[in-house]
Amino acid sequence: MKAFARLLERLAFTPGRNAKLTLLSHYFRDTPDPDRGWALAALTGTLELRQVSPSLLRRLAGERVDEQLFALSYDFVGDLAETIALIWPDTTPGPDLPLSQAVATLRETGKLALPGAIAALLDRLTPPERLALLKLATGNLRVGVSARLARVALARTGQRSAEEIEEIWHGLTPPYLPLFDWLQGGERPLLSSAAPFRPVMLSTPVTPADLAALDPAEHVAEWKWDGIRVQAVAEGGLRKLYSRTGEDIGAAFPDLIEAMDFEGALDGELLVRRGDEVAPFADLQKRLNRKTTPRALLQSHPASLRLYDVLTWQGQDLRPLPLVQRRQALEAARLDPARIDLSPLLPFGTWDDLAALRAAPHAPVIEGVMIKRRDAPYVAGRPRGPWFKWKRDPMVVDAVLIYAQSGHGKRSGFYSDFTFALWEGEDLVPVGKAYFGFTDEELRELDRFVRKNTVQRFGPVRQLAPKLVVEVAFEGLNPSTRHRSGLAMRFPRISRIRWDKPAPEADRLETLRAML
Amino acid sequence: MTGDIAAERIVFPTEAGLYCAPGGFHIDPLRPVARALVTHGHSDHARPGNGAVMATRQTLDIMAIRYGEDFAASQQAADGPTRIGDVTVSFHPAGHVLGSAQILIMPDNGPRILVSGDYCRTPNPVCQPWEPVPCDIFITEATFGLPIFRHPDPLTEAGRLLASMAEFPDRPHLVGAYALGKAQRMIALARAAGHDAPIAIHGALQRLCDYHVAQGIELGPLVPASDPGEARLVLAPPSAFASPWVQRFRDPVLSYASGWMVVRARARQRGIELPLVVSDHADWPQLTATIRELSPQEVWITHGAEDGLLRWCELAGIPARPLRLVGYEDEPE
Repeated sequence: MKAFARLLERLAFTPGRNAKLTLLSHYFRDTPDPDRGWALAALTGTLELRQVSPSLLRRLAGERVDEQLFALSYDFVGDLAETIALIWPDTTPGPDLPLSQAVATLRETGKLALPGAIAALLDRLTPPERLALLKLATGNLRVGVSARLARVALARTGQRSAEEIEEIWHGLTPPYLPLFDWLQGGERPLLSSAAPFRPVMLSTPVTPADLAALDPAEHVAEWKWDGIRVQAVAEGGLRKLYSRTGEDIGAAFPDLIEAMDFEGALDGELLVRRGDEVAPFADLQKRLNRKTTPRALLQSHPASLRLYDVLTWQGQDLRPLPLVQRRQALEAARLDPARIDLSPLLPFGTWDDLAALRAAPHAPVIEGVMIKRRDAPYVAGRPRGPWFKWKRDPMVVDAVLIYAQSGHGKRSGFYSDFTFALWEGEDLVPVGKAYFGFTDEELRELDRFVRKNTVQRFGPVRQLAPKLVVEVAFEGLNPSTRHRSGLAMRFPRISRIRWDKPAPEADRLETLRAML
Repeated sequence: MTGDIAAERIVFPTEAGLYCAPGGFHIDPLRPVARALVTHGHSDHARPGNGAVMATRQTLDIMAIRYGEDFAASQQAADGPTRIGDVTVSFHPAGHVLGSAQILIMPDNGPRILVSGDYCRTPNPVCQPWEPVPCDIFITEATFGLPIFRHPDPLTEAGRLLASMAEFPDRPHLVGAYALGKAQRMIALARAAGHDAPIAIHGALQRLCDYHVAQGIELGPLVPASDPGEARLVLAPPSAFASPWVQRFRDPVLSYASGWMVVRARARQRGIELPLVVSDHADWPQLTATIRELSPQEVWITHGAEDGLLRWCELAGIPARPLRLVGYEDEPE
């Protein structure tokens, strides 16, 4: 438990991706089985434990600490699990408790015996270990590690790539003994589950200058749809809908699952489509992350799949075939047209033809075009060359910087996280935050500006004199009830610093609303 | 009470800080006064501009380093029991920082009053250990007066720092530590944990580190942070982290040594990647153990989380009251 507690603590305070990978890979390298497998499960959300309620924990603490002192302490700390970890009476710590033993207690103890079992564990742990146990027990690690990051860290510990790990990942269960064995040179684990996820092929960005060197005749093009990239797998009677990182999101899309009456693994875009009309991303968002979907929402926001590619079909792995052959297989497939259709290929002879199409897509839900080599096999990861994305030019507004906060890691000591605002009457209304888009030299200039123009400080945040205009580029705009402006930008970044432009000439909120 | 004069007529809070009426002096005054007794050199306790100042020799030296030789019109080093006005005072080690003292006030007819100043009972290689002083009224700080504050062994924390340096050998480790006391203690702790290589220090630490060495405290090889050479460990006052000074380091690990680091939100607010829980103040077990050990008739609490300590005194059946002194920082930096 000591090593796991140390890992969680470091991860919680480490913002940098590389540093997180270092911490994770060292942990996986140095920790014996089965503890590292349980830790992996806890970090990637595949660990199923009996959930412990906050009220139970409060009661346990209340039996040991004066109520008034507890209340004062909780006020100060602000987090229940942390308060309990710190305030729990110290006893003589025993030998290190293996994580697997703590997990076994949380998995196997009956409801009635659970409070006593948790108290007994807390009694033998140090404060950081207590916090780790309580975070496990309440199912809330909050250390900013995605399943993808964990797999990249695993790849660093052995001889396998993250894509290879991803390919078998979803057929395995905690504590992942065959996985770790394989990473160290053992045999490839046999997959027990049917309808597994297969690693996705991704594209790289391209510029008109890059395209000039390529032969249009060797490529096909299609629209880049603004939905969610998914893999729909129906094999051996099982139907699964995976996100591109391999999370099973099928539970939220029973309407699409029902329509997956085929035998194979298909690659496409999850969209909300009403007849021929594809709805904007905001409509799809209403369907995401739901445990159950109300019937009315199924009616009003029907899910559909628009296919890009096929990985397996009728038991055959088509991935080594050239794209055009896979495409032929897709066109020959008989699928439910109300729910599943093909992303059409775009007719073009020259890159200029394609540029014209890209400049005027027929629907706002299109975010650009995809360019793919005709002869490319389907390969996992993001190889440069076979698949390109050529996104529509971003939308831009000129906004005023109003707050700044310092960054982390390489940007330590620099004010690099900015909040920007647009005019509404005489007021500046915050419309978003941006952390990137500027060069290192511009970062230094921005940092100097922040230090010279701070009017007030709120902890780490500096309020700025509303003087500097920046051009903010973004990929899309959604209505939002969470923001005061009523709008939320997608991927906002600072595309240009307008040292020349006076703040009163920055854009108005109406301008942004009109882009919606 | 053991004497004739009530304790609250001998020592009481005023706008300028704690005042001893029969002695005619303030203790750690917040603004310039005619006569000041100073417990230790932290800038919220030791301020310039007083008429006469009495403190330990080391505290007087530290004030001279910080404010110049002329920081007060007259200076007197504490040396055994001394008569001031109608009281006798004596200074006793507080274990907080180099030169730190508790001040005992003994009226001719009245209770013995001990002003602890800031104190700590964890062994500290850069100052003399806290000394128990029998008293009737114990005036204590309560910076960490909540039961969540149980500071770990400082050597374990130094071990965590060295472990992180081993795990991230390419990233310089910048440890924020208050210039007086904490900085030298962190250097001594790193040495005790086995770090022999040169340690780089921010310019603001130079003179105080020199003074510690002159007082016989081993700090090992120190180099200026402006020219750190191969040094991977850098000590700086925490305020430096918010200034462009930090920009000279490539991808640093920001660390901070403070008792507050036990609370995660405090570390997050400062953007700290490696919080180290090292404190020069008594933690909760030390505060409560000290009160039990001295067993005073009454406890007065100067500053900090007094509500927690008051509640504990209430549960323990010990008369206690807050002085609600303002102007002292939680744990200065």
